[in-house]
Amino acid sequence: MTPSRTTRWAILGLVGLIFAVPIAAMTEFTLRRGLEGGHDLSRWITLFTGQLDGGYRQVWVGLGNSVVLAIVTVLLVLVLLVPTMLLIRLRFPRLMPVLEFVCLLPITIPAIVLVIGLATVYGVVARMLGSGVWTLALAYGVLVLPFAFRAVQANLQAVDVQTLTEAARSLGASWPTVVVRVLLPNLRRGMLAASFIAVAVVLGEFTIASLLNRTNLQTALVVVSKNDPFTAVIFALLALLFAFLLLLVIGRVGSGRRPGRTS
Amino acid sequence: MTGPASVELASVVKEYPGHRALDGVDLRIEPGEFVALLGPSGCGKTTALRTIAGLESIDGGGIRIDGEDVAAKPTNKRDIGMVFQSYSLFPHLTVAQNVEFGLRMRRVAGPERTARATEALELVGLGAFGGRYAHQLSGGQQQRVALARALVTRPRVLLLDEPLSALDAKVRTSLRDEIRRIQTELGITTLFVTHDQEEALAVADRVAVMRQGRIEQIGTPEQLYRTPATAFVADFVGLSNRLPAHLTDGVVAFQDVRLPLLGDPQPDGPVEALVRPEDLVLGEEGLRGTVIASSFLGSVRRTQVRLDDGAVVSVQHDVEQAPAAGDEVRLRIRATAVSASAAAVSASAVA
Repeated sequence: MTPSRTTRWAILGLVGLIFAVPIAAMTEFTLRRGLEGGHDLSRWITLFTGQLDGGYRQVWVGLGNSVVLAIVTVLLVLVLLVPTMLLIRLRFPRLMPVLEFVCLLPITIPAIVLVIGLATVYGVVARMLGSGVWTLALAYGVLVLPFAFRAVQANLQAVDVQTLTEAARSLGASWPTVVVRVLLPNLRRGMLAASFIAVAVVLGEFTIASLLNRTNLQTALVVVSKNDPFTAVIFALLALLFAFLLLLVIGRVGSGRRPGRTS
Repeated sequence: MTGPASVELASVVKEYPGHRALDGVDLRIEPGEFVALLGPSGCGKTTALRTIAGLESIDGGGIRIDGEDVAAKPTNKRDIGMVFQSYSLFPHLTVAQNVEFGLRMRRVAGPERTARATEALELVGLGAFGGRYAHQLSGGQQQRVALARALVTRPRVLLLDEPLSALDAKVRTSLRDEIRRIQTELGITTLFVTHDQEEALAVADRVAVMRQGRIEQIGTPEQLYRTPATAFVADFVGLSNRLPAHLTDGVVAFQDVRLPLLGDPQPDGPVEALVRPEDLVLGEEGLRGTVIASSFLGSVRRTQVRLDDGAVVSVQHDVEQAPAAGDEVRLRIRATAVSASAAAVSASAVA
């Protein structure tokens, strides 16, 4: 039975409220004028007019690092996960449940537990690849696997990959052509969704970066919040807004607007 | 295109773990011929077609197209056209781009590509649909586009893997006739896989009936229908009544009727004689029975009769004769020979 319109709006309103209250509280907090009371936009204006002093430099460094990490993580997902999933789907379909299990594992393991293992691994990584900030993306690649896998898998299931591949092969296409001209264009939505989710996860990640002593947006915000909690909350709100916009884009892309059916 | 090619399967074997899908299949398709591969689900007919396409490797035997051994050749080098059971148009490309795909792979220049794609779409009656996407077409239209896409490259062989099975009955019949028209027009060597005996008999020059990975019989539709080599073929192709009978020295006897056995010799003993509904005639003499029901089928009428010995048979006759349930009737057998299967257990009419 479909719930009535009123029930639906009530549920939506309640859920909305649960999310809105902390965000509204954060926003209100950033507008406070301190001990003298009242509200104004002075902190937002200071931030957007570039008048912050050197103490906030770390936030920009953290933001830069997070952007680098997001890009490398997305590349890892697209270059490693998508071809692996395609290969398994086409040639070794029986291995799909195994891949699914492996990809979903990170969601069941708390980040703190992951870090204990990663600390040892990063000893080796640092010796082989140096300790550049981008190396953290190797851990993030693991962290985003469950989300990226689901996004690509949903797309893979919606497309008859096997038949499209066989049709293209029968028409004379080589394997690289099949992948580039037939499969990837049809997996575009899944890959975009996986990429956006990866970006959202990376921008919000704190535990691993903090425990491995790396600076990213979240760790920088924590440092800043110790001196100026108001500005840190502004940054947190902005990061939240960015992630929200990203998810909105995924929704748009995922709905895949097409011309109507004619027959 | 180098003109229509012959296709030859020589003792082809294909094994899956614990299951032999093709058990020494021999089949030769002459250049320009239309052969249907008919059989129940799991008999290996699609596997046979896929081995010709190169979509399945073979574990024994050989496959030749135009005399050339292609067993080791990848699919994209075999110069075949293929239409699949499920809709296989590329969703991200327009109808015209779909049809041009094979030409692009062959590096055909732009203007010629467009001209040939338009020509192919007109051949299947969809000349005006070039700018649409697959999801804007009906199932029948999608399969027509798939046919145009398979034909536009002028392949040596056309392989059709149950292309009509996802369509509704009316579209299926019209597209079936259209496939035959186009095949005749282009003279392309064609292998058509289907589980629908009516479809196979209607379109093919010859029909190969498959069972458990082997070809049971190959012949013209008339040969298969009139002189089935085995009881399986008689049963699978068309309707057959099963009548309890006895086989002695190649003669099938039931009640006072005696007819020679069709197909391979069988050991003497009790058998089931397979008699077509149209080979039974309602008349004044012959086997006694009682009418159970009678159905009007348009051009003919089919009547179920319970014989005195308990067997229920189906009789096909003119619509002018309209027996009612409960009528006492006599049945004469018009056939001059019958197929028979061993180990008769109980008699029944098989639809």
